[in-house]
Amino acid sequence: MDVMPKWAEVVLVPLISLLLAAILSALVILAIGEDPVAAVKLMVDGALGSTYGWGYTLYYATNFMFTGLAVSIAFHARLFNIGGEGQAMLGGLGVALACLYIPWPHWSLALLGAMVLAGAFGAIWAAIPAYLQAKRGSHIVITTIMFNFIAAALLNYVLVNLLRPKGSMDPATARFPEAVNLPTLHDILAPIGISFSKAAPANVSLIVAVLACFLLWVLIWRTQLGYEIRAYGHSDSAAKYAGISPLKITMIAMIISGGLAGMMAINNVMGEAERLVLNSTEGAGFIGIAVALMGRSHPLGVFIAAILFGFLYQGGAELALWTTIPRELIVVIQALVILFTGALDNMVRMPLERLFIALNGKKA
Amino acid sequence: MTLTPSAHAPETAPAIELKGISKAFGPVQANKDISISVMPGTIHGIIGENGAGKSTLMSILYGFYKADKGEIFISGTKTEIPDSQAAISAGIGMVFQHFKLVENFSVLENIILGAEDGWSLSTSLRKARKSLVDLAQEYELNIDPDALIEDIGVGMQQRVEILKALYRQADILILDEPTGVLTPPEADQLFRILGRLREEGKTIILITHKLREIMDITDTVSVMRRGEMTATVKTAETSPEHLAELMVGRKVLLRVDKDIAAPGEIVLDIKNLRVVDDQGVERLKGINLQVRAGEIVGIAGVAGNGQSELLEVLGGYADGSGTVSVNGDPIDLTGKYSDGKSRRKRGIAHVPEDRQREGLIMEYAAWENIAFGYHDDPTYQTGFLMNNAAIRKDTVDKMARFDVRPPDPKLAAKNFSGGNQQKVVLAREIERNPDLLLIGQPTRGVDIGAIEFIHQQVVALRDQGKAILLVSVELEEILALSDRVAVMFDGHIMGERNPTETNEKELGLLMAGVET
Repeated sequence: MDVMPKWAEVVLVPLISLLLAAILSALVILAIGEDPVAAVKLMVDGALGSTYGWGYTLYYATNFMFTGLAVSIAFHARLFNIGGEGQAMLGGLGVALACLYIPWPHWSLALLGAMVLAGAFGAIWAAIPAYLQAKRGSHIVITTIMFNFIAAALLNYVLVNLLRPKGSMDPATARFPEAVNLPTLHDILAPIGISFSKAAPANVSLIVAVLACFLLWVLIWRTQLGYEIRAYGHSDSAAKYAGISPLKITMIAMIISGGLAGMMAINNVMGEAERLVLNSTEGAGFIGIAVALMGRSHPLGVFIAAILFGFLYQGGAELALWTTIPRELIVVIQALVILFTGALDNMVRMPLERLFIALNGKKA
Repeated sequence: MTLTPSAHAPETAPAIELKGISKAFGPVQANKDISISVMPGTIHGIIGENGAGKSTLMSILYGFYKADKGEIFISGTKTEIPDSQAAISAGIGMVFQHFKLVENFSVLENIILGAEDGWSLSTSLRKARKSLVDLAQEYELNIDPDALIEDIGVGMQQRVEILKALYRQADILILDEPTGVLTPPEADQLFRILGRLREEGKTIILITHKLREIMDITDTVSVMRRGEMTATVKTAETSPEHLAELMVGRKVLLRVDKDIAAPGEIVLDIKNLRVVDDQGVERLKGINLQVRAGEIVGIAGVAGNGQSELLEVLGGYADGSGTVSVNGDPIDLTGKYSDGKSRRKRGIAHVPEDRQREGLIMEYAAWENIAFGYHDDPTYQTGFLMNNAAIRKDTVDKMARFDVRPPDPKLAAKNFSGGNQQKVVLAREIERNPDLLLIGQPTRGVDIGAIEFIHQQVVALRDQGKAILLVSVELEEILALSDRVAVMFDGHIMGERNPTETNEKELGLLMAGVET
């Protein structure tokens, strides 16, 4: 029997885990001689206190939604896609090619075109390890990690030797034409009378990311394909019995996963930088793993976790800017969050289960 | 207390005594306040359904788990058993269901493994060889000390396990489901050995779910149900029916009621079927078998003689060669159309041997499992999406017809008991009205109460004129259900028998590869 009510499972466990991570973080801040209360205030103010802060928080969250969803769908097929970083880099290349070489009449068409190319590039980058896993048994964790390095090297080569404008010393593409610049939240919200910071990078990609969360939820829980992916993820022997092809599921799950990671590029490359630079992904591919873990691979969970991590990113940047707390401490806090919500899940779950048993026992 | 015909004085302290042992795994109370006392020189049986807590209790005794509460007394002295080393030094030896032997070591090397003395292997071996000879004489446990484990049969391997325990001076032997992998003659031999050990004053605890073994060899028997010890009785004063009732908590029918079969057309026709496994070993070596409409053909055999491979290739998830026809048309044995989906389209339903690994997704709710394998059924779809409401409705109906308890379609498969899990699989497969039903180990790990129901369903399907191929390692089940019995040994069919004209002895010889 399930011993805990669903609300406790979904809300209480992660909440307590987060609280524990926060307490431990506070102790660390105390230990380096800073005031944790002031630090929290600064983070909240910086990330959520203004539309400028929100704009950055949501911008980061958009990245993390794409990569978090990418890791989640692979998780459902029990595949650990650590290659989100590389797939997102390749997605950036797709976006750059779409924006630089196709004369788009309007940004909306450009967005669609860039999404297709970014998704396709990311998908291909994920499909190779998937094929090697399904056909040759090469472990997908190893191959996807290796493909991150290959992607970085490839991007380096392409930027330096092929896409760099003549005379430029910067390993980056030329600026994308004006026509493909995506509307920011400021542009979107102004017509309905909400004033939003002009400087913040959050853009229309956020809406695409939220839409992707919903569509992925439909795919996983409401379609035959999702049913087969989850079945294969839970038990490959049972999937074999039912006639679900491991090759097909591995390929499809990884192609969707890579496609989502690649599509992140519409946010950071097309929406923010408006050109392709080296290291445009800034580790978002790896944060996606934490987001998926914390979100329990559920699209709604990923949505919430992405915003939390967006807050941590933006708040952390503010901390580094205004205090002597080093930027690295944010990595410590993120690590604590991952540790408590992912790895130490049972530490919170078990005592809670016992508590609920005791409570139920008294009632019975 | 004189429970036994042993030579020991009645006032002797019990060889082993447990007082109020409790153990919980998270929310599951595996053992609840269990007390037993076993006199030296007796065989004590512990019987109970799967999940009753027998294995947990023995794991506590052998130091694998720590009890939450309770005390253990060995020969009257309170003893702590924090690990298996402590158990061994307290004189407890364990023979596991799955042997812990090094395949490419000799018998002798396996026996001293972990009990070597000194730095030189040759002195240990010499010493062990001598005591092995003594042990063999004392207990009539003859064995070639230099034979490699991989070259000797399972019966002999089990003997090595017993010798390992005796070499470590065990006075108390625990055997966990020891006959699961043995042929009937091997089992008889094991019981003779156990009898001999009892004569020599050893104490034996036999864990089993087979009533017949309890009746044949034990002096006293304890019955476990849902983590509790429900009764301890003298074997001579009880009956199988009574024990079954104690195990289940109600009266059970131990026989299967069925009329004589009326076989019709050939449904399944297997000709020269061969299967080679991943390691290149030929597991099926030319099987020829027919199953007609309206009959149950039972495949008997010791586990591992090709029965699983037969089900796998017929179920579409192992490749084979040869010809297999269903209703006169051959089915693909390799390639794209040799999978579970294609088999179902040809009217073949399959209740696999291992429902937890194959037949069910344990994390899926009952309704998702009812659709499993049939999830492309058009009635389960609305456009691009799955019609979950329709599946749930279908599940409620099927659960009601198969008396699945609790009748909650949203409960995950892992939260049902073994018997109810099996009913979910049966409901899914039988309700599809197949021409041919493949069914493996239909009642393995299933409580006695559910066995009755499952057998009735299988017979009912036969009476509707369907062909049924039954694989089971339980000979009693094969004899009770089948209209024709084929015995498999080493990838061959040794012969077919009529269950009313044969007996366990004859089948046992065939199972051991002896022509009769």
